[in-house]
Amino acid sequence: MKTQEAIYQYCLRIADSNLILAQRLAEWCSRGPILEEDLAMTNISLDLFGQAETLYEYAATIKGDNATADSLAFLRVEREYFNRLITEQPNGDFAVTMVREVLFSAYQNHLYQALCKSNDEMFRGFAEKALKEVKYHLRHSSEWVIRLGGGTEESKVRSQAALNELWRFTVDMFEMDEVDEELISMGIAPDMKEINKSWMKTVTEVFTEAELHIPDLNNVIKGSNKGIHTEHLGHILSEMQYLQRAFPGATW
Amino acid sequence: MTDEQKLVHFQERIDAGEKIEPKDWMPEAYRKTLLRQISQHAHSEVIGMQPEGNWVLRAPSLRAKKILLAKIQDEGGHGLYLYSAAETFGIDRSEMIEQLQTGKAKYSSVFNYPTLNWADIGAIGWLVDGAAIVNQTMLAKCSFGPYARAMVRICKEEGFHQRQGYEIMAKMMAGTNEQKAMAQDAMNRWWWPSLMMFGPHDSSSAHTSESMKWKIKVESNDSLRQRFVNRTVEQAHHIGLTVPDLNLTYNKETRNWNFGDINWDEFWTVVNGNGPCNHQRIAHHIKYHREGEWVREAAVAFGKKQQKQNSLN
Repeated sequence: MKTQEAIYQYCLRIADSNLILAQRLAEWCSRGPILEEDLAMTNISLDLFGQAETLYEYAATIKGDNATADSLAFLRVEREYFNRLITEQPNGDFAVTMVREVLFSAYQNHLYQALCKSNDEMFRGFAEKALKEVKYHLRHSSEWVIRLGGGTEESKVRSQAALNELWRFTVDMFEMDEVDEELISMGIAPDMKEINKSWMKTVTEVFTEAELHIPDLNNVIKGSNKGIHTEHLGHILSEMQYLQRAFPGATW
Repeated sequence: MTDEQKLVHFQERIDAGEKIEPKDWMPEAYRKTLLRQISQHAHSEVIGMQPEGNWVLRAPSLRAKKILLAKIQDEGGHGLYLYSAAETFGIDRSEMIEQLQTGKAKYSSVFNYPTLNWADIGAIGWLVDGAAIVNQTMLAKCSFGPYARAMVRICKEEGFHQRQGYEIMAKMMAGTNEQKAMAQDAMNRWWWPSLMMFGPHDSSSAHTSESMKWKIKVESNDSLRQRFVNRTVEQAHHIGLTVPDLNLTYNKETRNWNFGDINWDEFWTVVNGNGPCNHQRIAHHIKYHREGEWVREAAVAFGKKQQKQNSLN
């Protein structure tokens, strides 16, 4: 695999994850448990849309052929999205959203730290800026998970159920293929096995403090690198792409 | 000082252009009017998140998504800021939310209209925020310090929203026929409700005269409405939108755009709870407030545990 092709694919993986999670978090708009959290979740969403846009712009320059950040974000079909499966999972209750946020922002935190040392200048610039944002996302969601785990009986039960539900999608975040191999060999992207180790340390700390136990991994669901999704993505896309699809060629 | 003397002194301070601060003496009616107005304003910001939130997931470009999300966050932030200003009167937010949910407190009626196509997001920014700016620029000069200061800050952000809303309309008017039709449709539906935002005519406004004396308002509903119309008509024409008013004419002498009669039956129907979305907006607020109850309880319980632990250590 050529390096440029691998970079393109790698951009999509990160950008798609950010786009889809941003879309999910935006669903909380006017639905938060308190106004402050309504704003916090849509603020994280806004950060993630911004991160997605940066990498789509980079990907569009590699792709050429009049591709733009918007055409990549809005005009592909389901199998051409490579977001991590966890990002497309439904928001559920506030506990599900916060547990998902811990699992995913901890992943971004370690991935971006590694990308800060990438040989690719664009990735480096992206990661340095985005790292500051995801550190806040991780702190915010960790504080909530600890609060919910140690709050009432109900909040504890809901948080444990959330973790049990989502844990099956965590293996997918660290899957590697020829894209990773090419980029690792060029010093552009990290070995996900290393990221997995640091991630496990971080999330274990959070869940231990929250008095939640990490469930057994007897049901693993993966496939994002190949564009194999859960049933949820198609619905997210039909809503997100509605205007772009209904009025082809229109500019907004 | 007797209450009468206090009242004279209070009026002197107002007339001299001084700001009244929360700890200062104020007549009960002044306090009540401001509390009603500020909490109503806070609720409007929060309820306004619903019609705009209705399009966040369908916003047609990354830029549009970012702008809309940021705008809604600004509104929520204004809500927080205004709840705090109202809390200086000794009421807390949960009490205000209860008043909203039971219908005791109102919010801006304009949010009881639905957002039916993407141009509605443009129309809200341009017309609704535009009308709000005219009103709030006036309120920035009001006699109550915390409210006046809040308005200065809020007006700056509303200015961005208005330009961004107008940009959506302009882009659509420069686009395909379908886009133009959507923009005109939004204009047709939002124009009159925007004019109604300034409230009843001066001759029939319940609160105007006392509010003017105390400088809670410093300009009348009709005069503010006229300013908004004058500004907005020309912006509409500039991008090819038709103002849905057959009686709209320009008066060269007064330099005002004269406009047709506002449908006050519709205004009162919506104010009194029977507009297209009154029920939906409040039901939505109640539903998600209830769904969040266990989260708020957990946060309180956790806080108490922490306190206990700290006192043991």
